[in-house]
Amino acid sequence: VAELLIISTLNGVLFGLLLFLMASGLTLIFSMMGVLNFAHASFYMLGAFLAFQISRWANFWVALAVAPVIVGVAGALVERFGLRNAHRHGHVAELLFTFGLAFVIEELVQIVWGRAPVDFRVPALLDFPAFTVFGTNYPAYKIFMQLTSLAIFAGLFVMLAKTRIGLIVQAALTHPHMVAHLGHNVPLIFMSVFGVGAALAGIAGVIAAPALVTQASMAALLGPILFVVVVVGGLGSLQGAFVASLLIGLLQTFAVSVNLSLADIFAGSGFSPQSGTLLSDLWRVTVAQLAPILPYVLLVLVLIFKPTGLFGNRET
Amino acid sequence: VTDTVAAPAASVRAFARLAPYAAWIAGAAVVLLLPFLFRSGTALTIMSLMGIAVIFALSYNMLLGQTGMLSFGHAVYYGLGAYFTVHAINAVTAARLPIPLPLMPLAGGAAGLVFAMFFGWVSTKRSGTAFAMISLGLAELVGSSSLILRSFFGGEEGVSTDRTKLVGALGWNFGPQIQVYYLIALWCLICAALMYALTRTPFGRMCNAVRDNPERVRFVGYNPQVVRYLAFCFSGLFAGIAGALVAINFELANSALFSAAQSGSVLLATFIGGAGHFIGPILGAVLVTFLQNMLSDLTEVWQFYFGLIFIATVLYAPGGLSGLIMMHRPVWRAGALWRLLPMYALMVLPLLLSAGGIALVVEMLAHLGLKSAEGPTMTTAGIAYDANTWKPWAVAAAAIAAGAWLLRAAWPRIAAAWDKAQAVARGKGLAA
Repeated sequence: VAELLIISTLNGVLFGLLLFLMASGLTLIFSMMGVLNFAHASFYMLGAFLAFQISRWANFWVALAVAPVIVGVAGALVERFGLRNAHRHGHVAELLFTFGLAFVIEELVQIVWGRAPVDFRVPALLDFPAFTVFGTNYPAYKIFMQLTSLAIFAGLFVMLAKTRIGLIVQAALTHPHMVAHLGHNVPLIFMSVFGVGAALAGIAGVIAAPALVTQASMAALLGPILFVVVVVGGLGSLQGAFVASLLIGLLQTFAVSVNLSLADIFAGSGFSPQSGTLLSDLWRVTVAQLAPILPYVLLVLVLIFKPTGLFGNRET
Repeated sequence: VTDTVAAPAASVRAFARLAPYAAWIAGAAVVLLLPFLFRSGTALTIMSLMGIAVIFALSYNMLLGQTGMLSFGHAVYYGLGAYFTVHAINAVTAARLPIPLPLMPLAGGAAGLVFAMFFGWVSTKRSGTAFAMISLGLAELVGSSSLILRSFFGGEEGVSTDRTKLVGALGWNFGPQIQVYYLIALWCLICAALMYALTRTPFGRMCNAVRDNPERVRFVGYNPQVVRYLAFCFSGLFAGIAGALVAINFELANSALFSAAQSGSVLLATFIGGAGHFIGPILGAVLVTFLQNMLSDLTEVWQFYFGLIFIATVLYAPGGLSGLIMMHRPVWRAGALWRLLPMYALMVLPLLLSAGGIALVVEMLAHLGLKSAEGPTMTTAGIAYDANTWKPWAVAAAAIAAGAWLLRAAWPRIAAAWDKAQAVARGKGLAA
């Protein structure tokens, strides 16, 4: 059990950190425009596939540096030429625009890289077990992923809280008109924040891709969970997003490793529903099988009982 | 089908009063006669799917267009309607009850309604983005649950049924597709008429008010949350009927009915058709179903074009197809449409050039990516070319650029003609 605890905690924290890499960008963009970017997970996927392509031409480290930049520029262009136009037609139009964008990016990735998963491997330099816990090897690449995410948060935090640029960005999020009166180019700030948010998602894609499966459905698989994170954490709250990311990361990782069902727990009771009935399905379903729906249960519960999310101060 | 505008002459007024019914009668006649025009089996199948898509899109527009609620999980009620209908048909068959097939969509509608009452209680407490997020979460929840509760949802392969085992109606056993088509057509007309009637009731007007300004709705003494909830329930009812018809049509219900793609495509169809007018979702559903079936024969990557059309609609024509058409109503009534037609003809060539260039790029990408086994040589309209050389790419880029440039050059004249036509309509008191 100790082995399970340690490995699941490590994996859960890792998944949580990855989620936060994306959720942070999504949260910043939401505070800025008041719109949830549906295509955010698509930028993550673009990062992964671009990194795959670049690492074929050059190597993984070049990809890690270049792919997020390309994704960031793409994000900035999307804001400048797409979202800003959609904004004139209101919030629903913005949301629909990002929805359409996510759809198009998924199709584009399928067109260019095919429908089957691509073979994106962990770089040879990091392809060794970092340490062994109770006979299970923990790969060095996962340690690298955690360190990279942590380094990025540190950088992001310092930039937002301690530098002049960060202060202007923060001010622009809450008081765009005042910031504009002070002579700052607010549309440019918005475009940059959108670009940086997209780039963060791109980085998450690059470092996650070798560890997960790089395929065209990866955005559709992760996107909804990302929304759960930002809503549960409280829309617009970075701390909330951080806590919710870790919470959901741990929740899912632990649930997957628990192979218990009601039938196992009450094995001694002698109660056994007839197979082929709804009750028997519920009786025999394991916690691991429920893992994919747990975040959504959490989402619905939070929205009913604490609509502001864990740390948010505005109602969603 | 819109409001009648006060017109000067008495004869025009009388005609205007009849106009809404004329549209319905014409619609019924078209639906009745279509199978005589298009006799092939494929055509019948596609027309049946169109009828279902129309009900589904109209039910979706009760949320999006009428009440201003953006849902990403409408397929939940569609899928549940389908599953409950399949189980109802199987149960009726097993019990040998004398319930005819044409009544079976009621089972789907009831399922849609009950689940909408249940899920709507949770989700309509919020509006806007939060509502959209909850609908997405609920869709994921139901979709995943359908794979866990195997005894009811049948796992991956779903649950099948046999519609011909039931008591028929009018001597029909609903084996042949043509009989199913007429069943779908009948339900489509009934549902469309009911949904249209609903928009004309005080409740329908209140929905519009909730969409436009929930705060004022509260001031005049209504609770926007209750209005949203009721709209959601009605919408679930009709989505359930659409799902029931899809189950009858395919004699199968599977978990693909709950997919995000299903929820997404009804949103696409409704928005492309235009959420602002009742006719919009009908146009959108017919067009999108047609394209889905026709384009998928022509090109492997039709969904990509679909996405592009959707984005273009969001950015440049947020009123959708019906919005574009209705924009021309005053001009047409003022008899000034002829001023615009030559200008629109001017737009055709640039648009075709740009669209062709984009399509060439997409097809070359798709050929290199998806069909890499066939080598880089491909043929379009009898011309063979190598997608790995620069020439076809240059042709595509030139076409896109030329189209864009020509459109830019023609735009001031088109805008001027539009202004002039509007001025004529305004002069006759037909446009604001």
